[in-house]
Amino acid sequence: MVDRPILELTDLVKTFGALRATDGVTLDLRAGEIHALIGPNGAGKSTLIHQICGTQQQDSGTIRFAGRDIGRMGVSERARLGLGRTFQVSSLAPEFSALRNVMLAVQAKGGSSFRFFRPVMRDRALIDQGMAMLERVGLAQRANIPAAELSHGERRQLEIAIALALGSKAFLLDEPMAGMGPEGSKRLTGFLDGLRHEAPILLVEHDMDAVFALADRISVLVYGRIIATGTVEDIRRDPAVRAAYLGDHA
Amino acid sequence: MTLSRETVINLVLALALLIVPVVASQMGQPFTVTLATRIAVLALAATGLNIALGLGGLVSFGHAAFFGIGGYAAGILASHVFSGEPMPFGFEGSNQMPVIWIFAVMACGLAGLAIGAISLRTSGVYFIMITLAFAQMIYYFAVSWPAYGGEDGLSILVRNQFPGINTMLPLSFFLLSYGVLIVCIGLFALLRNARFGTALQAARQNEVRVASVGISPYGIRLTAFVLSAMMTGLAGALYADLNKFVSPSMLSWHMSGELIVLIILGGTGRLFGPVAGAMLYVIFEFALGGITERWQFFLGLILLGVVLFARGGLIGLLAGKARHG
Repeated sequence: MVDRPILELTDLVKTFGALRATDGVTLDLRAGEIHALIGPNGAGKSTLIHQICGTQQQDSGTIRFAGRDIGRMGVSERARLGLGRTFQVSSLAPEFSALRNVMLAVQAKGGSSFRFFRPVMRDRALIDQGMAMLERVGLAQRANIPAAELSHGERRQLEIAIALALGSKAFLLDEPMAGMGPEGSKRLTGFLDGLRHEAPILLVEHDMDAVFALADRISVLVYGRIIATGTVEDIRRDPAVRAAYLGDHA
Repeated sequence: MTLSRETVINLVLALALLIVPVVASQMGQPFTVTLATRIAVLALAATGLNIALGLGGLVSFGHAAFFGIGGYAAGILASHVFSGEPMPFGFEGSNQMPVIWIFAVMACGLAGLAIGAISLRTSGVYFIMITLAFAQMIYYFAVSWPAYGGEDGLSILVRNQFPGINTMLPLSFFLLSYGVLIVCIGLFALLRNARFGTALQAARQNEVRVASVGISPYGIRLTAFVLSAMMTGLAGALYADLNKFVSPSMLSWHMSGELIVLIILGGTGRLFGPVAGAMLYVIFEFALGGITERWQFFLGLILLGVVLFARGGLIGLLAGKARHG
């Protein structure tokens, strides 16, 4: 028997007034894969991400994650089930050091935040796990720098370290390459390539080189609808996709 | 190990607040001791508010409610001992501070839970307004409740007692208040550096980030609000005993504003911000209040200066930007 996909969206609909931002989207994410979601600006990628994470509610349709219906759960509840995400615009605690940002995730995963006395900066277990995550993304040298002072690319890495620290069952990465230089993109591409074996990745990305290098499957979203889903080769050849999106790129 | 600049400044402030009244008492100046006690008690109330406002970013404009409830706890319990009339459930009242403090802290914890549970469903300006509204409701209730003096307030004829300490002596009462302040500042420091403080401060900086790692900001904030209310309530009980009087003015929005002003003057979220702020405020009140009745006008100018040019308050000015781990 084939494993059930870890994340399944079925007939998802979200409208804003007359605009159908999400128009009957059905999509799944399977173990071990990178599933890229591409589409022109305004196609509804962000709205879809918001619905998966719980910051917006779908009008109809279901979202199943790790065998449960999460469609009506709050953001923090979904995160606790193992939905790790990074943001289109980095979202961190700017005053905290990189390490303490990761430690927040470690403490959220490893038990209660209702501990009032023991200083976290003397909690070896928290620090060691936090440092291990920073090392994995190559930020260990910058552990004590406040997040606000990190470079754009470093903040992206830090967000991934946080998602890793949560022990996520699936990663939802919203344009992780955005604003990264060619060198950084290349390094991150290599990193994500290995990450898929830890947990599958739903990757929203504009960088087509990265998408074509990484994706096991690609879904193309246009005006709130998935117009095609398939392997890199299928998508490159699909006439509707070429017309709607890829233009002369392929 | 070297001490950070902020730690040195904190030690200097703590020692100054201790040594000045001790010396003044030796020199036979009890009024200075009373001023120092006022500083310690207001600093304690503001340290309580600093949990919600400084760490959590929750601008409560209703903390006078807790300050006043703490004050009335002291006044009401003491008045029953004096009058001999029993309270509900046959309780006789108490003139023992430890008992009074427990009542004050519990009452404020419950009030904080009720007010916080509703207010924290809002944020920003709405949160400010709804906390203000709750405090004003309690204020008007106190004004119109004749049993305990209503508008005229309630006198505490003899200052309440603490085992082993003669609270009637100004210096003894100061040392007691100072001790409570230092313990509570210590609790604030522990809280801030613990897991709870991490989550609370992260929720102030970025609510979405906290939710995305699976921590619900609401529960964290509600707990902080309750702890904050309890500490401010404890200060209220001491304040009533300091003045041997409690009135609805302790519950009024002026008082809420004053506590916010103390924190902004001293440094929002800083460990000794409330102490620095209370020192500035009380010294100003005393020095300028002697010259002009309109001393608050000048306080307003200083506050304006702090907000425009020294966002970290006095501590920020002296010690530089806050450093987090």
